Parts: sequence; structure tokens; C-alpha cells
Amino acid sequence: MAFKGIVEFDEDRCKGCEMCASACPKKIIGMSGHVNSMGYHPAGVEKKDECIACASCALMCPDGAIKVFKEN
Amino acid sequence: MKEKVLMKGNEAFGETAIRCGCRFYFGYPITPQNELTEYMSANLKKAGGEFIQAESELAAVNMAYGAACSGGRVLISSSSPGIALMQEGLSFMCSVQVPLVVINVSRGGPGVGSIQPGQADYYQATRGGGNGDYHLIVYAPSSIQEASDTIVKAYDVAEKYRNPVMVLADGMLGQMMEPVSLPEMKEALAEEDIPKVKPWALVGHKDQRPHNVIKSLYLQTEQLEETINGYWGKYETAKKELPEYEAYNLDGAEVVMVAYGSTSRIVLEAIDLLAESGIKAGLIRPITLWPFPYNAFDKIGSSTKAVVSVELSKGQMLDDILIGSNGRWPAAVVSRTGGVLIYPQEVADRVKELLEGGKLNGKSV
Amino acid sequence: MEKVFEYTRGMLDVKLTYCPGCTHGIAHRLIMETLDERGLLGDAIGVAPIGCSITSHRYLNVDMCESAHGRAPAIASGIKRVHPNAAVFTYQGDGDLASIGTAEIVHAAHRGEKFCTFFINNAIYGMTGGQMAPTTLVGQKTTTTREGRSEAACGKPLRISEMLATISGAVYVERVSLDSPANVRKAKKAVHKAFEVQEKKLGFAFVEMLSTCPTNWGLSPVASLEWLRSNMMQYYPLGVFRNPEEVM
Repeated sequence: MAFKGIVEFDEDRCKGCEMCASACPKKIIGMSGHVNSMGYHPAGVEKKDECIACASCALMCPDGAIKVFKEN
Repeated sequence: MKEKVLMKGNEAFGETAIRCGCRFYFGYPITPQNELTEYMSANLKKAGGEFIQAESELAAVNMAYGAACSGGRVLISSSSPGIALMQEGLSFMCSVQVPLVVINVSRGGPGVGSIQPGQADYYQATRGGGNGDYHLIVYAPSSIQEASDTIVKAYDVAEKYRNPVMVLADGMLGQMMEPVSLPEMKEALAEEDIPKVKPWALVGHKDQRPHNVIKSLYLQTEQLEETINGYWGKYETAKKELPEYEAYNLDGAEVVMVAYGSTSRIVLEAIDLLAESGIKAGLIRPITLWPFPYNAFDKIGSSTKAVVSVELSKGQMLDDILIGSNGRWPAAVVSRTGGVLIYPQEVADRVKELLEGGKLNGKSV
Repeated sequence: MEKVFEYTRGMLDVKLTYCPGCTHGIAHRLIMETLDERGLLGDAIGVAPIGCSITSHRYLNVDMCESAHGRAPAIASGIKRVHPNAAVFTYQGDGDLASIGTAEIVHAAHRGEKFCTFFINNAIYGMTGGQMAPTTLVGQKTTTTREGRSEAACGKPLRISEMLATISGAVYVERVSLDSPANVRKAKKAVHKAFEVQEKKLGFAFVEMLSTCPTNWGLSPVASLEWLRSNMMQYYPLGVFRNPEEVM
């Protein structure tokens, strides 16, 4: 790919609803082992290099926990 | 002397509000106040205002809340059962402290009731028909001129206290015609000036300030208590500053009648009839029903043997008379209800009977 | 680094208190993104309903007021009279709009009120803990239809968009869904169209958003999206029911 997708998760806002994971076309989002201040397992991108920056995850996040960037 | 015009009460109420700079009216047809709604539909637009015939009084009071919380000067009106539908909205507006003038052209009740004049909404007006701790400031004019003057005052009080103010009229005042001199036309607060006068109003933050929020729900109980205690002081202030009444013929009176609104004028004639049969009677006419002028009763002299509440209901103002009397005199009610008017002769006869019939020997009837 | 997606400044920097996976958060964001993109944040006035989203004024960066249950359309009518050029909107759930507030929404449409209403249809009462709403599906279990909603006892669910589309004043009526990225994108287009209709003062604009309520449906957030697709979408078809020519 001519660019690299970068996804930032605000672990403190995430409620572990997994809707980003289900929306990701590349299926590279998983729930982390640790818990955040609210007691939820926050989401995160596991295979960062496969991210195509489509932002499907961000569109489905109800809590504004996801930022998506493109690095050429 | 300003020029007087002969006007039907309902229309004078509307014209006065327009001249007070009211530019928003939301109403629903209900006898005996239809002429007010009709008048506003025809004349508000000319004054640059907005009129909506709402789908119900419940919608009307909420339209009023919307206009008031975005800075508009609003009038709404209805009659007894319609005012009953507005109670939730009035309680809500007290909780968020927005100004409003609401006119109740009251009629016989309860339920659908009748379409003739009534005064059986006294409890609803003065004790609050909605939920929670709040008060409506309530005025009870007894003539069309006084009603017009009261509406002018009501807007100032509503804005100063940031609280709905009720003008409790009745079918008589709404329907009869009397000469009235109306206030000068006052310019409405322009939309762009609203934030200067009402910084809390919803006008859009224009990216220049944090957003304004008008809210009534408090999930944290302490916060709600704090909010209520925060504005409760204004009601204490109102009790000191606002009570108004008229006293007539109290000196040497054997009996003092208490009556408000148009009924007080019937009592004035009854006083003359009683005088003809050698009984000196006086009148206390409360003008504010909340806060009630309890201090008026301190003006009653030692010659008075009893106080009598004359009202068009089964006796609701009697409670406040008992509070004001504080046990100093026995009290009784002389009244008709259901929309039936009490005539001067009947008042005189029944008061005479109370005095002479020994019915009032030291205890309230 | 090029930004592809960032949280709109229309949402205040506050954590939302809605349940995990509740699509209120998506609906809130779409409306605020749209207002921001149309340069209307500063001129917007919103009316929050009684329901979970009564607290939306903690998150939405516009002037807002709360409403008595069901009365938002009447309140917005009052606001719009004072500020005819403000971007006024109501945000209401199915209990607020389709139950206690039906008279107000019907008459706002009937008068052709020039504000937008965003109707969150999640087929249940959320704030009060999962009772039947007028939009609850036949057979759907709720705390007041424990054996599932019975058509004989409670009738069939109300199709609000189709109902309002019969009223001439409702010039733009569309039902969208928040269940997938593709549908979320379409939903945002509908929000844009609703505010365009308001800006052009064409009449009443109404967008129904099929939404989820994981907690009261007793499903996980992802399973709720699936339930919405396989159950709600069958009964509540997506699409445009009224569309003014001036806004294609």
C-alpha cells in the first residue's frame, strides 16, 4: 500500500463494546487483556501494518475513542 | 387623563400584553377566554409577533417554555381545565426559572365544569397544581383596568423573579366590557439584544461562549436540593415585597368580608345593603393571592366579631383567611359554585343570618 | 500524517454515560459533525427528550434545553418563533416521540414547523429499564411484555416515518440505521439533508434512526446490531418517504 493506516484508541473512553472490531473489514482489532479505569477491556489494533485507514471502526464507535490517520 | 376605550376584558388583556412588548402567544380555544386567543391571532402579527394555535394547552405551555427559554416575552392564557393541562409545564418553568405571564379566565369546575365564571381554581393557583416545591406569583384583578395594570406589573415581576406569574381573572372579567386606558406601546426586546438582558437564554453560543443549558433533571439529589435552595430565597423576598390588598370600611365593622376579583365588587354592594339594615360590614380585597396579604388582618378592629370568605367555590380562600385570622375571629364561607354567581342580596342575607343566628358563636363554620 | 477521522469539536470533551454499545453515541456524533461542517454549531439550539438522551446536553456543544416527556416538538416550535434563523432540532427516543409525544410530533409536521427532528427508534424504553415502546416488535420480550409483545393486546408497532410522511408539512422524511459503517455514512447524509431543508425553510424535516439498546435487549452490543438487522429492518424498511425537489 502507498500509505500506512494508524489508529489511536483512547483506552480511557472505550467501554469494550467491540463494535469497532466487528466493523473492521480487515479483522485486525482485538480486545486487550488489561482493563481501563471503568473496568472494560479496551480495544486495540493488533496487526497495525494491515490497517487500510478506512475508519469503519471510528464510524461505529459510540464513545469517540478512535482517531484514524494516514501516513504516506 | 389618558384616552379610555371601551373594551371586552379578554381583548384588553391581549392588547395590554402586546403593548408590554409580548411578541409570542400560544393558545387553544376554550370558553370563556376565546376572544383573547382570537385577538392575538389577529393583532400579534401586526406588532411583529408570532401566534400559534397549539394542538392542546399542554402543547401551548411547552411552546411558551421554548419561547421563554430562548429569550422571548410570552403570554399564554386558558380557562380552568385548560390551565389544569398546563400545570406540568408551569412546574417545569419554575424549576428552570424562566419568566412567563399566564392568564386563567377561570370558570366553574371541577372536570369540564361549566362556562360561567368561577373561582374554584384558587387552590390550584396558590398551592400549585404541578409537582414539586415551587410557587406561582398570583394576581387577582377585579376590573378590566386593574387587570391591564396588573399585566404590565406581571411582566416586570416575572422577569425580575424569573418565574411564571399568573393573572387569575374569571369569566366575568373576561367577557364584560369596561372603559380602560391602555399602557403605551413598548418596543419588544430585539432578538440580537436578548443575550445582553438574558445571558442564560438559548440563542446559540456563536462560538463565543460555553453552551447554555436549561435543565430540570438532577440525578444527584443534593444538586437538586441545592438548586431549589438556591432560588428559594426569591420566594421569601416575594413574601416581603409583593403582598397587595385593599381594605374598605374596616373601622367599626361588625363583620369583615374577604373577597377577590369580580366577587369583591358584589361584596361592595352587599356592604351597602347590610348598612341599610344597620350592620356595618367591611371588606378586605386581596390583590395578590400568592403571596397572600396575611398582614391585612392586623388592620381589623376590635369591633369585628367574624370574618367571612365570599368566593365562587366551596371555600378555598378560607384556608388563607384562617391563617391570616390566626384564631382571632371565627370564620365562615358564603359562596356559590359551579359557575353560579352570588348576588349582593344573597351575600347580605346570609351574612346577616350568620351574625344574628348565633352560628358564629366563637367558632368557625 | 493526514487525518482521516477525528472526534468532532461538536462533541464536548466529556465521557458519555450511555451503556457500552449504545448507538446514541453515534447519533449524537453525526448530528454534531453535520452542524460543525455546516458552520451551524454557534447557531444551533437543541431540545433533549425525557429518556436516556436527556443528558445529551452534557455532550452536545450547542445551546440546549431539557423537555417534559414528549413535548420537544412544541418546545422547538416556540424556540423557532423567537429565533427563525437558528438551526433548531429535537432529539427524541421512541417512548418520548411515538408514545406520549405523538400529538406534538404530528402537529409539528402538520404545521410544517421549520426544524429537524432526529428520532431514535430502539424499540424499547431505555431509561426506565426496558418496558414496551410503541415501536416494540410483535413477540419482542420487554419488562411489560414478558411473554413477548402480543398483537392482540398491544397492537402492531407504529411505523412513525410512514405515518408522518402522509402529512404534507413533513417535506423530508427518511428512515436510516446506525447498525453498520455503510449505514452510518448514509445516516449522516440524511442529517445533512434535514438541516439543508431547515436552512431553505422548506418545512418539517424528520430522520428516524434505527438504533440498539444492548442492556435492555439483553444482548451484547455486536449481537444487538445483528438483531437490529434481522428483526427491526424487516419491519422498519429503510428509505426516503418524503423528499422535497429543492433538496436532491
